[in-house]
Amino acid sequence: VTQVQTATGEVAGRAGGARPATRRHRRALGRKHAELALFVGPALVVYSMFVLLPIGLAFWYAMYRWNGLGPLTDFVGLDNYRRALHDPAFLGSIRHNAIIIVLSLTLQLPIALGLAVLLNARLRGRALLRMVVFAPFVLSEVVTGVIWLLILQPDGLADRTLQAVGLGGLVQLWLADRSIVLYTMFVVVTWKYVGFAIILFLAGLQAIPRELAEAAEVDGASRPRVFRHITVPLLGPTIRVWAFLSIIGSLQLFDLVWIMTLGGPANASSTMATYMVDRGFRRYQFGYGSAVAVILFLISFAVSLAYQRLVLRRDTEGALTRMAG
Amino acid sequence: MTALTRRWRAAALLAGVALVLAACGGGSDAPTAQPGGGDSNQPVTLTWWHNATADPGKAYYQSVADAYHAAHPNVTIKVQPLQNEQFSTKIPVALQSNSPPDIFQQWGGGQLADQVQAGKVQDLTEAVKPWISSLGVAVNNWQVDGRQYGIPYSFGIVGFWYNKALFQKAGIGSPPATFEDLLGAVRRLESAGVPAPIAIGSKDKWPDAFYWDYLALRLCSQEVMQRSAADYNFDDPCWVKAGDMVKQLIDAQPFQKGFLATPAQQGAGSSAGLLANGKAGMELMGHWNPGVMQSLTPDKKVPDGLGWFPFPAVSGGAGSPDAALGGGDGFSCSYKAPPACVDFLKFLVTVDNQKRFGELNIGLPVAAGSESAVADPNLKGLLEFRNKAGYIQTYLDVAYATSVGQALNDAIAQQFAGQLDAPGVVEAVKSAAASR
Repeated sequence: VTQVQTATGEVAGRAGGARPATRRHRRALGRKHAELALFVGPALVVYSMFVLLPIGLAFWYAMYRWNGLGPLTDFVGLDNYRRALHDPAFLGSIRHNAIIIVLSLTLQLPIALGLAVLLNARLRGRALLRMVVFAPFVLSEVVTGVIWLLILQPDGLADRTLQAVGLGGLVQLWLADRSIVLYTMFVVVTWKYVGFAIILFLAGLQAIPRELAEAAEVDGASRPRVFRHITVPLLGPTIRVWAFLSIIGSLQLFDLVWIMTLGGPANASSTMATYMVDRGFRRYQFGYGSAVAVILFLISFAVSLAYQRLVLRRDTEGALTRMAG
Repeated sequence: MTALTRRWRAAALLAGVALVLAACGGGSDAPTAQPGGGDSNQPVTLTWWHNATADPGKAYYQSVADAYHAAHPNVTIKVQPLQNEQFSTKIPVALQSNSPPDIFQQWGGGQLADQVQAGKVQDLTEAVKPWISSLGVAVNNWQVDGRQYGIPYSFGIVGFWYNKALFQKAGIGSPPATFEDLLGAVRRLESAGVPAPIAIGSKDKWPDAFYWDYLALRLCSQEVMQRSAADYNFDDPCWVKAGDMVKQLIDAQPFQKGFLATPAQQGAGSSAGLLANGKAGMELMGHWNPGVMQSLTPDKKVPDGLGWFPFPAVSGGAGSPDAALGGGDGFSCSYKAPPACVDFLKFLVTVDNQKRFGELNIGLPVAAGSESAVADPNLKGLLEFRNKAGYIQTYLDVAYATSVGQALNDAIAQQFAGQLDAPGVVEAVKSAAASR
């Protein structure tokens, strides 16, 4: 922007006298600013009102004991944070989020990578298969939750399918057993989101020049070696971005859990977000709920920053990092 | 930077702010209304949030709204049915906003007290004075400090709904009258091959609490029960004893497979659905259960052979066996509602409308003279018990401040999941009350 302005200014300067030039320069500069204000202004206002302001308000509410209805009068300082960090139910929720993150990265990655490589190969009905794999991602979370509730209810489709193929011994109380429910939720999350990973990886795979693999094959590299030394490294940026989205998504996991279990039984599948809604909206402790929201925000923020700096750095070099500072 | 730019920028910013503010403030700007006759001819729109998302309740409310509109053409009523579970999240946000619903579902108790304290609910005392007495004692639950803040249209009690055919098959002659009889009935149903002697919707937690509340009501004196909602003192040993009896029941394993994940009302796999479709012997549930079950059967009818009996007596308890756990449904007018709101509520509980409501088998009308419309023999029996009850305790999660009531439900749900013992539940409620 600055360059353009200087150029116009110089051109103007050469064409006319000194004083009109300055005025015209100023007018051009003014128009630029006006355009900026016109286009960026509304977005900035909306962003401030609906993103920055609520975040600030959450920090503020979190210092009060407040049932969400009256004025804020009962100042408790950091007491809400202290209570949250001493509540076994909240600490359990943090642990559940962590488990979902670890499982997502270690299990969804190989599954998605394998399916992406498969769907990248020339095979009959490829377009249809891609659509089938991607379909769950398009479903709303509510629909997904309700479908899986029906499938997983005792003697539901899941149980009957297992019995039909002679695996009746594997039948569990998928949603009612406290030691299993979190893993059940992970399976549903994977079913829903693995399609998204596959699409990302497919796009990444298409961007890898075929010549590289062909050259390696000419040099006698086996297909696993091609995969290991060409496909995976060149897919690196895509994988790192997917992992980032997956971590953030896992930290904020809410809808599916809320619909399927309400965080139960006895908090066995609660996440930070379900805990927050439960305490805030069900118990009408909006101050305490805000404190939980702030903790969730700080954790997500710290994880994002660390990931950007440590992992994504080389991918965003020159795009994000240099601009930012 | 020139003055021009700054002006431009300021103008753009102002325009943006104005736009956003306009969008935010778009709600009704009706002046805070004085309750009282709604006969001015100014066109008014009332928004009405109720929890009857399924027929026949949904159609009934719509027809009442239409009838009111026909009689008062200037009043338009926008009816908005919401799932019962949504109210707890939507109401506080809506009341805090600039455009709350004018009429909304109100269960009274501690929640209403919170809303009143915050000045979000209209005081109807003066407006309803001429006719409120026709609604009987039910109105007490919608009072705070002797002022009326809501109007009940249905008031019922919790009891056991049971499948007569399955009871007969199991050789249970008469419905259990004592807690021991209840455990005996469970054993008989079990040996008769009934998959679930008792259906329960533990996913929603409050159905668990019905057992705990009722046993507390049987074991604690009326005075202890009433006081607990004021001073949150749970030192009387009757509370722990109630929890011990809950454990006795859980240990008998009377519930359906995977009951911890079963919802109370959604789908054929819910506890109401299991009872409706002959898969369970009984369910401890409110008076609304026939209405819920009706929507969960293939033919949309209340199943034949449904019976009702009151919660059994407990020997040695300080509470009376004719005390009942109950509650009801009502409506409040939000602080911004025009006078037409209370006038509409008056119309809603006229004997005619209450009779029509009573005929639907989804609730128990409160207006004197409308009881005759309740034809269903089960609801008739329930109504009789309600009218004779020596004391009616509002569900504890409603009677207590919301944060304490929900903490109680959570603790009870943990007991049902085997994660807390009886003293643990009482401790959890105490600590929730302490940080209220």
